[in-house]
Amino acid sequence: MTMMTETINTHAHGHDGHHDADEKAVFGFWVYIMSDCILFATIFAVFAVLHNNTFGGPSAKDLFDMRFVLTETFILLTSSFTYGLAMLGAHKGSKAQVMGWLIITFILGAAFIGMELTEFSHMVHEGHSWQRSAFLSSFFTLVGTHGLHVATGLLWMLMLMVQVSIHGITSLTTRKLTCLSLFWHFLDIVWICVFTIVYLMGVM
Amino acid sequence: MTDHHTISESKYGSGHGTLKSYIIGFILSILLTIIPYELVVGHLLTGVNLVASVVIFGVLQLLVQLIFFLHLSSESKPRWNLAAFIFTVLVVVILVVGTIWIMYNLNINMVHNG
Repeated sequence: MTMMTETINTHAHGHDGHHDADEKAVFGFWVYIMSDCILFATIFAVFAVLHNNTFGGPSAKDLFDMRFVLTETFILLTSSFTYGLAMLGAHKGSKAQVMGWLIITFILGAAFIGMELTEFSHMVHEGHSWQRSAFLSSFFTLVGTHGLHVATGLLWMLMLMVQVSIHGITSLTTRKLTCLSLFWHFLDIVWICVFTIVYLMGVM
Repeated sequence: MTDHHTISESKYGSGHGTLKSYIIGFILSILLTIIPYELVVGHLLTGVNLVASVVIFGVLQLLVQLIFFLHLSSESKPRWNLAAFIFTVLVVVILVVGTIWIMYNLNINMVHNG
């Protein structure tokens, strides 16, 4: 019965009904991102409370290589920009442009994750793992949660590249690309907070 | 097709920018990263001034990202995504400031009593 009604509705409203669904999906995804903001806020609050509790272990000053972190930040900022260019391609209906910029964005995102894992493994190798102190527990939780989000975004991007290459730029793939663009820019914003609060304020 | 997207996405947000707005946003975000970095690493400021400037540059960076990349508040008419965003900011502020406030006081009391 619902199916029937939907079919009738689609016929009656034609294109409008379809785009209404697109709007709602994108807005729904925006609400998810807002809830994700609250998840990150709780982890940031934990970090803010625990960042001085080094338990005799290394503090932020001793651990962070700022040049390395600056490079990570530039890579992520650039990937946000290139994803924006992919979206411009999608709105122009250019499949080649979308694919090209998505591939570049993916490489940048993968480079970011690679650098983060290098930093983590380096720290763990030196004996400064999450078990060392409350500061390091909260550090790994915060930065790791962000990294996990980026990794998920990369997986999603990979799947979207497959879908775009098969189906081209349709209203469905554009909708999915729009949702991922919100997610990707959001992760960029979270990283700005990580860069400012964890790294810059940490090494002051 | 393109027109349709402009209409549909402007209502709930995530409307798309132009090449120009993305380039401006990108350049601004790079600048707003380098300046606080140099302030901290190059020891150009100290104490409260340093903390305040880093916070200000962080907030500016946040605004640049929101306006140029997420296209928030690029239109004056009320939009639901903006409403959801403002509510989220409120929750985040209560959560973070509240936590720091409570834990800071707890810490002081524990130290004094112990």
